[in-house]
Amino acid sequence: MNYHWNWRIFWEPAPNGTGTYLDMLLSGLVLTIETALCAWIIALAFGSIVGVMRTLPSKTASRVGFAYVEFFRNMPLLVQLFIWFFVLPEILPQSWGLWLKQMPHAPFYTAAIGIGLFMSARVAEQTRAGINSLPRGQKLAATALGLTTAQAYRYVLLPMAFRIVLPPLTSEFLSTIKNTSVAITIGLIELTAEARAMQEFSFQVFEAFTAATVLYLLVNIVVVTAMRFLERAIAVPGYITGK
Amino acid sequence: MFANFDFDVIRRSLGYLFFDGMTFTLTLTGLSAFGGLVFGTLLALMRLSGFRLLGRIAGLYVDLMRSLPLVLVIFWFYFLVPYLGQWLTGSSRPVRVGAFTSSLVTFIMFEAAYFSEIMRAGIQSISKGQPAAANALGLTYAQTMRYVVLPQAFRNMLPVLLTQTIVLFQDTSLVYVLSIPDFLGAASKVAQRDGRLVEMYLFAAAVYFIISSAASFSVRRLQARISIVR
Repeated sequence: MNYHWNWRIFWEPAPNGTGTYLDMLLSGLVLTIETALCAWIIALAFGSIVGVMRTLPSKTASRVGFAYVEFFRNMPLLVQLFIWFFVLPEILPQSWGLWLKQMPHAPFYTAAIGIGLFMSARVAEQTRAGINSLPRGQKLAATALGLTTAQAYRYVLLPMAFRIVLPPLTSEFLSTIKNTSVAITIGLIELTAEARAMQEFSFQVFEAFTAATVLYLLVNIVVVTAMRFLERAIAVPGYITGK
Repeated sequence: MFANFDFDVIRRSLGYLFFDGMTFTLTLTGLSAFGGLVFGTLLALMRLSGFRLLGRIAGLYVDLMRSLPLVLVIFWFYFLVPYLGQWLTGSSRPVRVGAFTSSLVTFIMFEAAYFSEIMRAGIQSISKGQPAAANALGLTYAQTMRYVVLPQAFRNMLPVLLTQTIVLFQDTSLVYVLSIPDFLGAASKVAQRDGRLVEMYLFAAAVYFIISSAASFSVRRLQARISIVR
């Protein structure tokens, strides 16, 4: 392999004047994490609501929930981001569209909302699976105790359901982090984009991508470890054994 | 808001979108799903083989691929495949690789990790008595896998494998980052040439939506049929 390796490249100053190449990658990492966290908050909020809707006795609610999930699941994330970023400002009334186009950090907000909604469909499916996995008696007992539907969900079903689906939710969160890299196409300069920029500036392709790979792996390990602690902390004694 | 919606730009570019773009997308999806399934099954067999080292290697590969974003993997292979080609053919310079080959290698290697997890679950869902019985009948390991375990594992996992293929179909749109004219890439080229972003992107979204939801609807029906048998 006649590739010229140069691992010291990370400590050389980057031509965009923000410090070394390493600083460049790290700032990308920060943006990746920020975007992922914002998207995750949106995904959790909307996903829980839609997931609950799909388990409600009301036919209408469950149909709306179904349509929501199908809508966001059956289009590639990239296409959804393009629609939020390029199409939405055009089809809104002109003044709104103009405001959207002139908004600072538009790629960041678009990515957070677009990825958040995309992931919310998946979170909804997990929430629904968690609620449906509970024995029927729980809901019946809650009703028998005189709890309203809202109270049954708030005090009985959801606290259990969320603990059950914590492991799959962890992998959805990891997907959210990974999916932020799709926002490179609407100009979000996150970790993958910084690695790509570093490759274009320095021609050190494999060093740049190796560094990005290592950083993604580190984030993964941190998230997985943290979630394992969380799982153990909130495990219901005698019901789900932390695993 | 749709007052100046130009349907004609879609009609004019239908040929290009479907004959060039969609053909690329579907070929890439089909070949990657097939290659990914083959390599994925091999990885799953490695992990379940009982040889520590083989299992560790396969496990590391799967974990690595699954913790990286697809966009980064696409970039990795885009730059790595020429060197791999050089290494494989023993030539003195990195080999020139076309866009299709590069993305095909990427998706096969990436999807293999996901398919291997599905196949592993499938193989583990076969009861222990089956390979034991095959063994007692005098079948070799290869024969046991080929005639007893894998056909059942594959059948049990068919809905999941197909669902993963739908995800793959959507993910192929990410070759956009290499400016390859797949379906979305073709739509985007027309959109930028004619200044018709709204029409082209909405049309592309509709096409993806119709294909994916039709496919997942069929998978759900298939699943219902299979689950009655069991």
